[in-house]
Amino acid sequence: MKLFSKPWLWSWLAAAAAFAVTAALTSGRGGGELAYAALSFGAFAAIVGLGQMLVITLGPGNVDLSIPATMTLAATLALKAMGSQPGTAFLGLGIALAVGLGAGLANYALIYLLRLPPIIATLAASLVYQSVAIWSNRGLRIKPPTGLADFATGRFLGLPNVAWVGLALAIVVWVILERSVWGRWLLATGQNLRVARLAGIPVELVRAATYISVALFSALAGYLLASFSGGAALNMGQEYLLMSIAVVVIGGSSIAGGDSNVPGVWGAALFMFLVVSMLNSYGAVAGLRNVLTGTIIIAIVIAASTRRNRA
Amino acid sequence: MSFLARHRIILPVVSLAVLLAATFYMQPRAMSYFGLNLLFNLAVPIALATIAQMLIIMVNDIDLSLGAFVSLAACVTATSLNDAPLLGALILLGLILSYALLGAVIHMLELPAIVVTLGMSFVWGGIALFILPAPGGVSPDWLRTLMTVKPPIAPMAVVAAVIIAAVTHLLIMRSGIGTVLRGVGGNARSVARAGWSLVRLKALAYGLAGLFGVLAGMALVGLTTSADANIALRYTLLSIAGVILGGGEFIGGRVSPTGAVIGALTLTLAASFLSFMRLSPDWQIGAQGAILILVLTARLIFSRKGAEE
Repeated sequence: MKLFSKPWLWSWLAAAAAFAVTAALTSGRGGGELAYAALSFGAFAAIVGLGQMLVITLGPGNVDLSIPATMTLAATLALKAMGSQPGTAFLGLGIALAVGLGAGLANYALIYLLRLPPIIATLAASLVYQSVAIWSNRGLRIKPPTGLADFATGRFLGLPNVAWVGLALAIVVWVILERSVWGRWLLATGQNLRVARLAGIPVELVRAATYISVALFSALAGYLLASFSGGAALNMGQEYLLMSIAVVVIGGSSIAGGDSNVPGVWGAALFMFLVVSMLNSYGAVAGLRNVLTGTIIIAIVIAASTRRNRA
Repeated sequence: MSFLARHRIILPVVSLAVLLAATFYMQPRAMSYFGLNLLFNLAVPIALATIAQMLIIMVNDIDLSLGAFVSLAACVTATSLNDAPLLGALILLGLILSYALLGAVIHMLELPAIVVTLGMSFVWGGIALFILPAPGGVSPDWLRTLMTVKPPIAPMAVVAAVIIAAVTHLLIMRSGIGTVLRGVGGNARSVARAGWSLVRLKALAYGLAGLFGVLAGMALVGLTTSADANIALRYTLLSIAGVILGGGEFIGGRVSPTGAVIGALTLTLAASFLSFMRLSPDWQIGAQGAILILVLTARLIFSRKGAEE
């Protein structure tokens, strides 16, 4: 397979271009800090993006709109339980993941038992999660324990710890998708649900596991983000709804399902951060920044689709 | 096919009736001209936005930018249309045309609509911020008068909902072009074989959606008298929910304009109903989600037993 036919290449090229243009403004100085910031903030987008990618791989109509609400709920409950006490980091992590597991099970129950379209099921469920988050904490900001906050903002071998977590997750997801039976089942289900079912694949089990995975990923991202930014906020997940879908598609996964792309998600997550810092460093006002971000997203999708059509 | 499966409109009608009955039971004073007006106050822009979303879903696409687009239309209405009516009208016309263009581009380049509209939501939101960096603007007087008119017998919102439903029903369900448009969602290839230009049809569907999106923005400003760049962001999800509540399907061109308007009314009423229940504000959003789930559960009755998805 030629290098140019790799679908993830485009998001990495775009990220590199955005990085170069931003670094050029400061004539190379601050390039290290920029890369570090991109890896830190990109990690959260990459983690939720990986989850959303698995769901989108399930085929048309599959998308999880409850990611922001799950992130907020998991972070709020975890930080409340930890109560800024030292040595409670793993208790908090456990609670966040339990929230994720619950949310994933609830989402899938709505989809399977009530036969709701996933878009509507996750949308309706997210309203409930949001309410629980508001009720449990009323938006009070509880600081994460010092050790956890240090971990979330710290670095290891020069890279941010959150980026290591994101990277490890990406590798796990890649191995599962490319090298395990589960991954093959997931891709087959996304390519043709009916055929997959007739071939004896337990499609409902695959779908359940996928919706639970995305909720677990969201919960983990929420837990880390709250520790990173010094507390949970009710709107902390907001930008990750569109972000999670954008990184999947820019990353070269097929929106029609059945074809996923792990490295591309990371490239796109870096790109999404870098493009905003690029526009910021050139002094674009909020309105112009949004217009350009949207235009760039569409341009990449067009570039990726014309390449696909020629291939 | 069962009776219910053939008459899909029964579900939205019954849901609205049950919710309305529950509201009247909780608050009998709502059973008046004034009460109904309050209950359905914000229904008109939501109904128009739901119709816009329905037109996109009708051709098997989905529009994630609708909320941002309605906000932009509202910002233009509260600024240019008020200060310089001709220029404002031209901008709004331009917005409708750009929606039509978007539909054509999505079709020609075979782009996934969900992603393109996602990108466009940034663009519309950015332009709206440009026009109105801080909340403000003024509704044109004629629009304010139109939206607060008090027709005899039934309040404005109810009359407007009936008119919207009737007009879009004639357009989508009864007219020739409406049938062809639904055919694009049902079987695009056969529509193309029959000699229709799919690009033009998609552009038409998107253009109509743009028209209804602009109308939603104008109606919203007429009610709220001012605008801001984020005024209607929640309409994206509300409109999708409204279409599905009204018995529409995401694929196959199976939509119902009357159902969509009723779905929008149900969603509006759900919010009013919850404030009558004196529910703690913490739970209002959650209860709205619960009502949505409850109503959609009734869809189970409509799907045939053991039917494959």
